Amino acid sequence: MYQYDKYDQAMVDARVAEFRDQVRRRLDGSLSEDEFKHLRLKNGLYLQLHAYMLRVAIPYGTLSSRQMHMLAHIARTYDKGYGHFTTRQNIQYNWINLEQTPDILAELATVEMHAIQTSGNCIRNISSDHFAGAAADEIADPRPWAELLRQWSTFHPEFQLLPRKFKIAVIASATDRAAMRLHDIGIELVKNANGVLGAKFFVGGGMGRTPMIAPCIREFVPAEELISYAEACLRVYNRYGRRDNKYKARIKILVHEIGAEEYTRQVEEEFAHMKTLGLNPPVAELARISGYFADPGFEQGLSDEIDRSDPDFAVWVDQNTHPHKTPGYASVTISLKPTGGIPGDATADQIDLMADLAERFAFDELRVTHTQNIVLAHVRKADLYAIWQQLDAAGLATANLDLISDMIACPGLDYCSLANARSIPVAQKISQRFADTGRQRDLGELKLKISGCINACGHHHAGHIGILGVDKKGVENFQLLLGGSAAEDVSIAKIVGPGFDEDGVVNAVETVTNVYLDARQDGERFVDTYRRIGMEPFKEALYG
Amino acid sequence: MKILTGNDLKTGDVIWWAGDTRWSRHLADTVDAGTDAAAILAREEAARRVNVPYIVDGKLTDRGPMPLHIKERVRAFGPTVRPDLAINTSIPILKA
Repeated sequence: MYQYDKYDQAMVDARVAEFRDQVRRRLDGSLSEDEFKHLRLKNGLYLQLHAYMLRVAIPYGTLSSRQMHMLAHIARTYDKGYGHFTTRQNIQYNWINLEQTPDILAELATVEMHAIQTSGNCIRNISSDHFAGAAADEIADPRPWAELLRQWSTFHPEFQLLPRKFKIAVIASATDRAAMRLHDIGIELVKNANGVLGAKFFVGGGMGRTPMIAPCIREFVPAEELISYAEACLRVYNRYGRRDNKYKARIKILVHEIGAEEYTRQVEEEFAHMKTLGLNPPVAELARISGYFADPGFEQGLSDEIDRSDPDFAVWVDQNTHPHKTPGYASVTISLKPTGGIPGDATADQIDLMADLAERFAFDELRVTHTQNIVLAHVRKADLYAIWQQLDAAGLATANLDLISDMIACPGLDYCSLANARSIPVAQKISQRFADTGRQRDLGELKLKISGCINACGHHHAGHIGILGVDKKGVENFQLLLGGSAAEDVSIAKIVGPGFDEDGVVNAVETVTNVYLDARQDGERFVDTYRRIGMEPFKEALYG
Repeated sequence: MKILTGNDLKTGDVIWWAGDTRWSRHLADTVDAGTDAAAILAREEAARRVNVPYIVDGKLTDRGPMPLHIKERVRAFGPTVRPDLAINTSIPILKA
């Protein structure tokens, strides 16, 4: 894992001191709320539906046991005993006291964490593949590049006041586990015909009220020029992105309005100029960063055998472990989606337990996934049963990864001041309706995503089944969408028809799964069947 | 009726205007601000007794004052998925 150098630490410490003074001035009335708002947002502090909410950055979703313990400590000491892991691989606390916020940030700084740029019109937390450095199918480790992008984008003076927020994802395998093409910039590390590492750039993707899939604007940028190319992409956006209408201010609108070809031409022109400025990071710095992500000393010659005599454990192994690049190891996904639970929520005790397990069994490291789960990336298969037993005792052994109950759900109207409808109760009811693991496994891979408003924090556009909560004359109403995907087969879901009430949409989900079960052919996932038979059979079953 | 609401500056708690210079976390304590709503709101914000205040439409029901919009009822109740953290548990969420 990356560790702060003296510059990183000095910057974060200085920011805490600065914000402490800003909070003091807000509390004594020297700063108005209008003056203070953008300052607190730049430090991840929102004023939400019930209280202040603090969003803490977890760079590319990676954190140590010590950092995870700190997250539990914050939840226990300053909040109401729990936290919410988000689709940007961060964590949010829902009940923060303004007076205590500087102390929280000071505590986070002691473990090399902060809340900088988790809000505002700047480059947000860089996201990445949660199996980075472990997956058998990656061509390189994307984390050094994500870290390089983090250092470049943090406090970048030119990109602090962009037209709108900006999100970047980096992956390094053909399998997209980071919704890469639904980002403002999606970067896929690739190798060219000569085996040289580089980056494929996708620009102008996103969800929100205008979902778009990012087109590829460059097949290959030499890896050492990745930052310069990203800078060129941002410069063109910063220059021409709309600032007159926040709903048309994201880069996807610019790319769409001027066309990918013209946008690319301007980026290339800027890139040619950038190359004359010598902005590529020094080789020594790249090597220094990469050194932090070296393999953690895997044991060689371990057996791949797993004792599957406990049937519940065997199901969990099948569902929640992922192939590792090293024989005898696996990556474990800890589901934060228990039956009837709140997707992404974990108590302080659960957070502590996951930190303990990482310390004992997983080289002291955890990952947060964009699907609101936690990963132990490097686990000996021989240790899986011991891990599962402890997770099971803590309510963390739900065997539902990538199944219908492994839902993404935004906080919705239960917490969010922007939301129009409550997404969590819908998630809970669907989870209860499909509580039987055998039934879920029969349905197979089924990505269900729920948003409580058009801003799409719950990624409903990218769900095999998506649900969008809307306000219909003061009453919650839920639209059903089908056919989306955030993976390498990326697609945008389409609305089926008129919306439903809360119970109605749960019934509607069951109805469309029944259509799938009746129509599927061998090996087809829900989304495959949808793509083959189209919308009509689902519409017919729902509306007659 | 016109209900005044906002947040406590220090804690962020949802608060409701309860007459004069008083603010309460309990919706039942709120009173109709009537035609003076905007003036009261400006006065209270200037005195820093409330943060980010605004006016919502409400009505008097047999359960007391009730905002018409579901968002305000959820604000008053607390997160409906965590009733253990709720403030005003008698509020009907779906209907005013």
